[in-house]
Amino acid sequence: MYRGETILSGGIRKENSLAMSQYTDLELQLKSVKYRKALLKYIKLANAGHTGGDLSCTDILNVLYNDVLGVTPENFAIRHRNRFVQSKGHSVEALYVVLADKGFFPESDLETMCQYQSKYVGHPTRKVKGIEFNTGALGHGLSIAAGIALAAKMDKTENYVFTLLGDGELAEGSNYEAAMMAAHYKLDNLVAILDHNTLQITGRNREVCSPYPIDEKFKAFGWEVVSVDGNSIPELRKVFHELPAEKSKPTLIIANTVKGKGVSYMEDEKKWHHGVPSDEQYKQAMDELDALEKKLVKHSIVN
Amino acid sequence: MTIKTLTMGKANLEVFAATLMELADKDSNILAATSDSRGSGKLGPFGEKFPEQIVEVGIAEQNLVGVSAGLASAGKNVFAVSPACFLSARALEQVKNDVAYSNQPVTLVGISAGVSYGALGTTHHSTHDVAVFRAIHNIQVVVPADNYEAREAVIAASKSKVPIFLKFGKKPMPNLPRLENTFEIGKASTICEGGDVAFIACGETVALAYEAALLLEKEGIQAEVISMHTVSPLDSEKVVETAKKCRAIITVEEHSVNGGLGEACASILMQEKLYVPFKIVGIPDEDTVTGSQTEILNHYGISGDGLYRTAKGLL
Repeated sequence: MYRGETILSGGIRKENSLAMSQYTDLELQLKSVKYRKALLKYIKLANAGHTGGDLSCTDILNVLYNDVLGVTPENFAIRHRNRFVQSKGHSVEALYVVLADKGFFPESDLETMCQYQSKYVGHPTRKVKGIEFNTGALGHGLSIAAGIALAAKMDKTENYVFTLLGDGELAEGSNYEAAMMAAHYKLDNLVAILDHNTLQITGRNREVCSPYPIDEKFKAFGWEVVSVDGNSIPELRKVFHELPAEKSKPTLIIANTVKGKGVSYMEDEKKWHHGVPSDEQYKQAMDELDALEKKLVKHSIVN
Repeated sequence: MTIKTLTMGKANLEVFAATLMELADKDSNILAATSDSRGSGKLGPFGEKFPEQIVEVGIAEQNLVGVSAGLASAGKNVFAVSPACFLSARALEQVKNDVAYSNQPVTLVGISAGVSYGALGTTHHSTHDVAVFRAIHNIQVVVPADNYEAREAVIAASKSKVPIFLKFGKKPMPNLPRLENTFEIGKASTICEGGDVAFIACGETVALAYEAALLLEKEGIQAEVISMHTVSPLDSEKVVETAKKCRAIITVEEHSVNGGLGEACASILMQEKLYVPFKIVGIPDEDTVTGSQTEILNHYGISGDGLYRTAKGLL
């Protein structure tokens, strides 16, 4: 919102049109633990899901939905809301869990995920409230987000459009059609976040078919490029609230993440791209996340 | 009467462009999105008059459709204009997912459709588009026959809440007669009535079917000509009604015989147990002959004379 309106309920107005919550970093870190536990629970129940990529982008979705977008079930119909299009649609479990936490639907609905006749499909679908676009085929989100950002420019509104890309996804050529056009139209309200976990289903991006140098490619297209630790809540908050990174340029945030983040045996292991934990592995994951939660709380008390 | 006595109109494509200008003048939310195709889309004047309402993405059809879907989701009324051959093939996944599956009411305008590009060859022909879009849920396929239908289709698309694919050729078309001057997406128009044989046609081939009907009339054969401008969703009631009324049916399309209007009609007839003599006239499954649009169509019997002969053979 556009300055002066009330779309960002609960948020604090800042220099840009983005919400800024009153959550502390610790509260958001605890939310990430909660989201990771929940998405593993529903992946386990569904016996399906893109576990590694869900865990790598959890902190990004957390900060977007709790600290940046300002979207709620109540304001979701507003035409010029801040929007998020999840281009790497396979990480839908993380998105569903965050949307449930935001009140778009009861979290228990996710017990039906990927089951017969469930609306909770294995990739984002607008059948589920809070989802902006049906994605899952890669290389689509950037064009869509550019279109939304262009509409905002035409209507002279100040909303931002975010899309989350996978690093394996950068091989899709349509991304570069969109990158070229977004710079041409000076869409500084367009922000692409790259979930740079460096792994895709076959292995390390660099070895499969190298997308590097990513930063130089996008800079050459006319983008502003910034890098952050994509699993650091404070770093993510800072980068979003300093948008636009440069006036008249779209922004690429290279969020350096760890695939499988938060579960020791899943971290940086390609086999967890869409692996489902066994009962024993699931218990270990929950124990590790519980321990992390306790550690975070204890640390905050000590401080 | 002969086909030559009909007044000649413009190319349907020109009518599309003129109609879009009229609509854009009244509504600033109406946008034309183009892929370096404003010239071939006859949108030069549109771009000059409404520079704020034309979105140029360059030669990038995938991005054209994705961007159009994004614009539509933010409340814009977008006509994405690109040669039908590229729009329906290069950008197919964007049409399927970003527009149809995501239910964004974009109007996809396939220009110089069918074999309009003639001798430019198969890269530039779109004889697959109807078949492809028929198999995708939530996209209407509309192929106007003449200037009247072209104009009405553009107006209807501008009001539509669902995705539409409009297909236009670039050849000047005769203004066809029709029993009723009404146009509704999903409802066929009857050009002329007859009980001996029916031509169910779409797009620029409707005029050719009418020409055949006039030739047959000279021999006392009464031919019905139907403009099945909406191929999806098909007016199945009209197909059934026609099969019950006429002794034979010939479908005509500037499209592959596989998966287009003809097979759509055949499917209805078979399932309704209506086994009338039936022939699908279209572009056969072969390496398309080189020639102008008219030469190609003539080669495959998609002409007044060719359709006349097909009818004679069927009766």
